[in-house]
Order: sequence, then C-alpha cells, then structure tokens
Amino acid sequence: MVGIVGYGAYVPRYRIKAEVIAKQWGADPEAITRGLQLYEKTVPGQDEDTITISVEAARNALRRAQINPKEIGAVYIGSESHPYAVKPSATILIDALGIGPDVHVASYEFACKAGTEAMYVAYSHVKSGEMKYALGIGADTSQGAPGDALEYSASAGGAAFIMGSEHVIAEILFTHSYTSDTPDFWRREGEGYPRHGGRFTGDPAYFKHIMGAATALLEKSKLAPKDFKYAVFHMPNGKFPMEVGKRLGFTKEQIETGWLVPWMGNTYSGSSPTGLTAILDVAMPGDLIFMVSFGSGAGSDGFIYRVTDEDLHVHDRAPRTRQMLDNNKIHLNYGEYAKFRRKIKLNE
Amino acid sequence: MITARYHREIPQRYRLEAGKCSKCGRISFPPRRICPSCKGRVFETLRLEDEGTLLAFTVIRAGSEKFSQQTPYAVGIVELKEGVRLTTQIIDADLGTLEVGQRVKLVFRKVQEDGKAGILCYGYKAITI
Repeated sequence: MVGIVGYGAYVPRYRIKAEVIAKQWGADPEAITRGLQLYEKTVPGQDEDTITISVEAARNALRRAQINPKEIGAVYIGSESHPYAVKPSATILIDALGIGPDVHVASYEFACKAGTEAMYVAYSHVKSGEMKYALGIGADTSQGAPGDALEYSASAGGAAFIMGSEHVIAEILFTHSYTSDTPDFWRREGEGYPRHGGRFTGDPAYFKHIMGAATALLEKSKLAPKDFKYAVFHMPNGKFPMEVGKRLGFTKEQIETGWLVPWMGNTYSGSSPTGLTAILDVAMPGDLIFMVSFGSGAGSDGFIYRVTDEDLHVHDRAPRTRQMLDNNKIHLNYGEYAKFRRKIKLNE
Repeated sequence: MITARYHREIPQRYRLEAGKCSKCGRISFPPRRICPSCKGRVFETLRLEDEGTLLAFTVIRAGSEKFSQQTPYAVGIVELKEGVRLTTQIIDADLGTLEVGQRVKLVFRKVQEDGKAGILCYGYKAITI
C-alpha cells in the first residue's frame, strides 16, 4: 500500500476582505462576494514567502508522520512564486527540517497545479520502490495586479504530503493527468503580474481539463461520484469548484469540507492540496476522496484516496487546517496590504 | 556579502542546534568551543524545543534601514523550555496586546534580504500562542 503517511498545512495569519479591495477600486463589494463567492483572503506577512510556508507545512507533516527526516529521499516544492529565480526552494527546506544531504530536490512550476505535480512525483518514487519516503509540497504567495479580478483571490498558503508505504493514512488508489496547450493564464519572464484570458479561463481551460482528468479517473477506477465521501477541486474562486463538481455529479455536501476558498482565497499551488488537508483532518477510515487540481497552461492531476485506520491517530498531532483558517486573524486595510505585498514603489 | 556568515549559522538559525557540555550538562546557544561553566571542550548537539516564554520585549518604531518597512515591530527575549534565552522578533501580533510571560513559539521566517539582488536570509522568529 502506497500513499500519504503524513500531511500538514500552513495558513498565514493576515487577511484582507474582498469588500476592502472592491471599495479601493470603486467596484461593487456585493457583486464581488456574490459573483465570485469570495469574502476574504490570506495575505503573507512581510517575512513570509513560499519557502517559509513550505517549511511550516512540512514541519506539520513530519509531526503527523513521526518518521526520521533523514529517511526522506526526495523533496519537491511546486509553486509559481519561488523566491529565487535561480536556487531551488527545497535546498533551504531540507536544512530547516534536518533532511538530507542524501536527498533529491527540485522546484516545480505549472501555474496552480505545481503542488500536485510534486505530490505525483513523490508518490511515484515510493511506488517504484526507489525510496522509502518522498515529500511533495504545494505553496504560493501569488500576486494579482492592482485592480485586476485576480486581486480578490490571489492569496497565500500551502500543504505538504509525505508519501510512504508504512503506516499509510490515505492510500492512493488511482491517478490520472490531463494536459494540453491552452493559453488561459501566463506570466512572461520579468513581468511582475500574470495576465489572463478573462472568460477564456473558464470552459476551454478550467472546466475542460478538470472534467477530462475526472472523467478518465472515474472510468479507470470504475467508481461513480456517489461512491465518494469527499471531493476537492482546484479553487480559483468559490463558484468554479462547485460548478465543476455539479457537472460531474458531485453534491455540495461532498465538496464543502475542502472548499476553503471563500475565506482563504486561491492559494494557487496550495489550493486543492490545502483543501485535501482539511478533508484528512476529519476523514474516517474507509472514506474515499476524489481530488483534481488545475494549472493554467493547462493541465489537471487527479487522485483517488482511500482513508485508512491510521488517519484517526494523526489528526491532532499538528494544527488542523480549519483551525488555522478560523483563528488568530489579523485584518489589513488596503494600504497595509499594498505595503505587505510590495505594491508601493519606494526610493532605492 | 553576508553569504559565508549566513551559511555558517544555518544549524542555529534553522534548526535551533545548541551545544550541551558532556561534562557538566550546561547548554550553550549558540554552541561554544569551551564551556563557560566547567571549561569542558566536549559537547553533544542538542536540538532545542521551539516553544518558550516571553521574558521581555520592546517595540521598535525607528528601525534600521533593512527593517524600516516593518516598523513598528517588537523584539524580545524568549526563554525556551531548556532554559536557553535568545533575542528574536515577535511577529504576527497586535503589539498592544503583548505581555511579559506570554507563551510563544518559534517559527521559520525570512530574517533579512541582502539588498535587492543578494541572498535571502532565513531563521527563527516568535509568534504568540
């Protein structure tokens, strides 16, 4: 049996409400919150980035797995906001966690699905017998251009998953990836903010790829949506994951547990992975979980998990995701947010 | 360039590695070559717990150039479970609510940037729990 042996999330304490952003740009706050189903989003502290978020999430995963970090043979961090253009984020993480130096590390990029890429490769290493444990992380501190629709959603957070074959808490039963050249969202080298194709990001991109991966996964597994206790999809806003779930035949009740986006925003590479951690926090033995990510450009990674008896023992070894999301919030005004996100041009 | 010094301090800044004197048991953080208590020269590496108590703090309102964008911010002395005391920034807190005796936890954060193009330096800071 191969799957997740430890998981952890990290949610920054700072928040900004969607209505504060809307008022700044003269937009109708109610139209934003109703249309996108976004109420507030996380904001990274001035000293937080993809590396610090990954370290804290991975520390929580280690607390749950209770393994010797030296036995982890690979560490992959998926993000579109790696702090260095040239220097892998995971080199810093392994030294913080006491992993390595006999370890393979890499930084992955694939817009919002870089996290599930990291998880997929980590899982494959263990499944092939190449190593005992491998760590896959999805984390981001993404930026939306001031006044752009993305500014309401681009947030910060991440999740880490240790894959292994002993004391597995969620066995990975099936995977499937679906990819095509679809220019729905991109950022050219040297540009500060991403660009997107507006409504083109919907049907030809998000919906096509998630449904492609999900349909293949259901066919491969010979399972139906009703067989699953939970489902989590990439969450660029509140509306899309509910809509794609409905098109596939999943109910609101199956999606709600991992549907963090109304109060967290879109954590990009950390989006469906943090949703999965919120599900694992409350899952019971035997529960089936359906997960499909989406990354612009574009592609989707799908996973089917079966929760084991081991999961019950690890819930409280580290903070639960909803607990981090609901507590210790510090709300910012737009000026503070602009300062935190370095949107203000200063003298050198 | 601060690269060499930063690299040398990684075990302490990332993993809170202290030196425990094999002769008298005194814990030194950062580690020393000679024990201040018994002059012993043999140490074992001890990884400190990441929770402790805030013993004292002050609020910086006029920061140095590298920290001027973070003002106002708090710097305090934290005593960890093993009795080791260290100086660190207290972050993610309403500064008006900080109190001596509060429980704190050390977390991994960016401590400074070596200019616009230099390395990023990481280490511990404290949050209230």
